[in-house]
Amino acid sequence: MNKEIEMSDYDIEAVMGKLLITGVIISGAMILSGGIYYLIQYGFSIPHFKTFRGEPSNLRSVSKIITGVIHLDSLSIIQLGLLLLIATPIARVIFAVIGFFMEKDFLYVLISLIVLGIIAYSIFSVATG
Amino acid sequence: MTVLLFSLIVLAGSFLAGLVGSLTGLGGGVVIIPLLTLGFGVDIHYAIGASLISVIATSSGAAAAYVKEGISNIRIGMFLEVATTLGAVGGATLAIYAPTHIIAIIFGFVLIFSAALSLKKKEEVMVQANAGKFATALKLDSSYPTAKGEIKYSAQNIPGGFFMMVIAGLISGLLGIGSGALKVIAMDHFMKLPFKVSTTTSNFMIGVTAAASAGIYMHRGYINPGLSMPVVLGVIAGAFLGSKILVKSETKWLRILFAIIIVFLAFQMIYNGITGQI
Repeated sequence: MNKEIEMSDYDIEAVMGKLLITGVIISGAMILSGGIYYLIQYGFSIPHFKTFRGEPSNLRSVSKIITGVIHLDSLSIIQLGLLLLIATPIARVIFAVIGFFMEKDFLYVLISLIVLGIIAYSIFSVATG
Repeated sequence: MTVLLFSLIVLAGSFLAGLVGSLTGLGGGVVIIPLLTLGFGVDIHYAIGASLISVIATSSGAAAAYVKEGISNIRIGMFLEVATTLGAVGGATLAIYAPTHIIAIIFGFVLIFSAALSLKKKEEVMVQANAGKFATALKLDSSYPTAKGEIKYSAQNIPGGFFMMVIAGLISGLLGIGSGALKVIAMDHFMKLPFKVSTTTSNFMIGVTAAASAGIYMHRGYINPGLSMPVVLGVIAGAFLGSKILVKSETKWLRILFAIIIVFLAFQMIYNGITGQI
């Protein structure tokens, strides 16, 4: 492994690091603002987390969460922030695919795509459901 | 108890969990799930969903700090993520069908195991081995800077490490914890990678692994925004503070204290699981 490749590995990671921290800050701000709004709306009601009933279906899929955000529903805003947070490591893998492709390391392009495929299997149900 | 009071207590608890989790390297999930289930009677599935997201937040938030050290091996991480994400999807699917008390009992045993590991003394064994055929083909050799100059290393026993990573992913998806300790064992013990490389690469992998199971949890409705909000915000703040004071503080006594708390929580989880109260 020569110096040049190591340098570009480092570059990939440096950009990724900035990308991830930005993602965490944006989603954190979204969760915080949605959370404050939620507490103003429902702060004095009684929570009901004791029995599992599943979330209402409008908080389970991307399109319905976004519809909720447009209608300024506080829980949908929090859920979008959570979704964005889940997306940060996925962005990291997508970025790695591009990085390995630019380095012409096709074995690792393939390996990264396999990882992406497994995550896509998990996320796919959320995106379309 | 009102939603406001509940959120504030969970926020404070998660802040402490994130802080101590980052100082001891055990992560916040191992405290948050017992706090929510034993302390507030929250259904364990909700607790796992919230914890998973906080795991992703800490992993992504810490990534920028690790990059500066330049030793997280992105290829080793990516290769092993094939194993952890497969395990994570399996674990999350299992969690959906497993009864809550069984999950609680498994959680308790994993807690005891993690506590024991955190007390084990970590010694750096340098193996200057030549790269095997497998490691060379997969480019799983590299070098990292130390005070004594560049140190070359290469991954050994790749099938063993890969298998351990499937288990680590399975536990992460089933219990909603980062299972960083198991990932470090796989790299440090099985693959003979330098300890520093193992820990930073593990951080890189934890977020991707958790994301693989988080999609399934969200689809099944286990990600509750009202509950996840204080957990995630608390853990982010706590872990951020922890990363600022980590540099030079003595963490030995903190580790011992944390291990005792964890073992106590573990027995509570197992007892409540066996008696069917969880």
